[in-house]
Amino acid sequence: MSRAAVRRSADEPTAAEARGASRWFVLAVLVALAAYAVGPLWWLVVAATKSNGQLYTTNGLWFADFRLSENLATLFTYQDGIFGLWLWNTVVYSTLGSLGLTAVSLAAGYGIAKYQYRGRALTMGLIIGSFLIPGSLMIVPSFVLFSRIGIYDTIWAMILPGMFGSFSVYLAKVYAEGAVPSELIEAARIDGAGEYRIFASIAARLMGTAGATIFLLHFVASWNTFMWPLVFLKGAEKWPVMLGLYSWLQRGTDSTVDLTSLVVTGSLISTIPMVALMIAMQRYWRSGVTIGSLK
Amino acid sequence: MSASTTTVDEPGLAPPTPGRPPAASPPVRRRGPRWRTLQALKGASFSLPFLAGFTLFVLVPIVMALRESVYSTKTSGLGFGGSTVTFVGADNLLRAGADTVFWAGMGRVGLYAVVVVPLTQVVSLGMALVLDAASRRVGARFRIALLLPYMVPGIVATMIWIYLYSPVVGPLHEFFELFGLDVNFYSSSLAWVSIGNLAVWGSIGFNMLILYGALQAVPHEIFEAARLDGASEARIAWSIKVPFVRGPLVLTSLLSIIGTLQIFNEPLLFRAVTPESITKDFTPAMMIFNQAFQVGNVNYATALSIVLALVVGAGSAVIYRFLNRSEP
Repeated sequence: MSRAAVRRSADEPTAAEARGASRWFVLAVLVALAAYAVGPLWWLVVAATKSNGQLYTTNGLWFADFRLSENLATLFTYQDGIFGLWLWNTVVYSTLGSLGLTAVSLAAGYGIAKYQYRGRALTMGLIIGSFLIPGSLMIVPSFVLFSRIGIYDTIWAMILPGMFGSFSVYLAKVYAEGAVPSELIEAARIDGAGEYRIFASIAARLMGTAGATIFLLHFVASWNTFMWPLVFLKGAEKWPVMLGLYSWLQRGTDSTVDLTSLVVTGSLISTIPMVALMIAMQRYWRSGVTIGSLK
Repeated sequence: MSASTTTVDEPGLAPPTPGRPPAASPPVRRRGPRWRTLQALKGASFSLPFLAGFTLFVLVPIVMALRESVYSTKTSGLGFGGSTVTFVGADNLLRAGADTVFWAGMGRVGLYAVVVVPLTQVVSLGMALVLDAASRRVGARFRIALLLPYMVPGIVATMIWIYLYSPVVGPLHEFFELFGLDVNFYSSSLAWVSIGNLAVWGSIGFNMLILYGALQAVPHEIFEAARLDGASEARIAWSIKVPFVRGPLVLTSLLSIIGTLQIFNEPLLFRAVTPESITKDFTPAMMIFNQAFQVGNVNYATALSIVLALVVGAGSAVIYRFLNRSEP
């Protein structure tokens, strides 16, 4: 509406912008902040190209002998290529868990937003109430539960529990209220479509943006998860990549084998997909995060 | 696009009438009560998978937590003869509530949260204001660089900083030596500063851009009016812009203080390189982890979890109360 007007006036120089000094000050602050933000990542990239010995002897912020390919070869062959397995596990857990969560949340959010039934208020109450449950309460009793139902130390401990996130349902419900017109549902009913068919072929498509946001946020969270696999997965062959890197970090300090170079290269490799994904899908996570943090 | 169609029958606006289709469905007259019941059932069934999973993975563990905490498991002899479970009532909870090691950890994270979270927010706000006052195009050019730390997995971010702090591989130690300072980032006196810096690094650019976005939503006519009345830029920032973002700012600060009380990953990773300054009971979450999976006392660990949850839950409840009152 008035957004265009705001944008236009925004492009005109403001009073402060006219003053050169403050403009340079802002630029200096931004450059310093950007250096602080990017510096550690620069170190990581540079360190990943160095041999173990040169990590200790050369300047950390500039390249020495460029040995990235050797490091990568070591990374993917060490312990019979267990790092590749960790990466694959991470992809499997994140993908399956996120697909499940997206399907479950879209259906639940749609049902709550578009139907009136007994128990709807109770469901919403459970969802809002569960925002108050701290994650640290769940970990020990979940351990007891998983041992009892037999999913402790299986991949299901990584995939199933994440599929029932109440925040995602809340997001889907809010989105369905705005994006799925009830007239459309009614028209489809008159045309003879069943309730489930309406959801599957009309509503779910209209909720595509919410679905992508839910998928992306959980995919990233699941890629980065650490405490959960630390508690629920014993066997190293089932670990996701973050836990594997931690095990190397820990061993690198209390044995004669120096794994520092492997941890550094592995960190870089496991970060690149996240950065690529987040940059490519900015519009989804920025909206999702804004809803989460400001509303 | 269809603002009128979505507001007409917003389900949230109508009082929930069980067993009734949405108000704005004209051909209702030809449909009997059986159809309505069936439709309500189908509507309810959409959230069935969620409710089933939620019950199993959230509600059942909470009930189990309460159950576990009132028992005590004793292993007889050398661990051969099995274990005996005895009912001890509130003993575990009372012991947890009076555990000085646990509350020392809580004090550490509480102090840390109360310092680091507001610091991050205030600095982010200051920079967002600087950016907002000067130019609307410069910020966009720095966006990706400032957002990069937010995209890096938390574990990787912690590892990077652990290496940067390291007296052998890290450049920071060398840098401070230039000024004749021998800074040990791993020491117990600096551990929280080291962790705090890494938390600030991960969130400051992102926070700044969120606040900057919120500031851009302030109608600019107000600024013009204020300037005409002779207000300085600083005065405009303090009296117009800051109040505009104060609500979300206070809310996010309080929520992240609550979240920070449960901090676990970062201190655990620091412990891997400096076990002498980061003890196994350094934070409440680390102590719970240690009790449950190293000591093996699940009953007591659950009791500690409940105490932590009560502290966190009480804090969150106060925040939501406060939020519901301050926002229309």
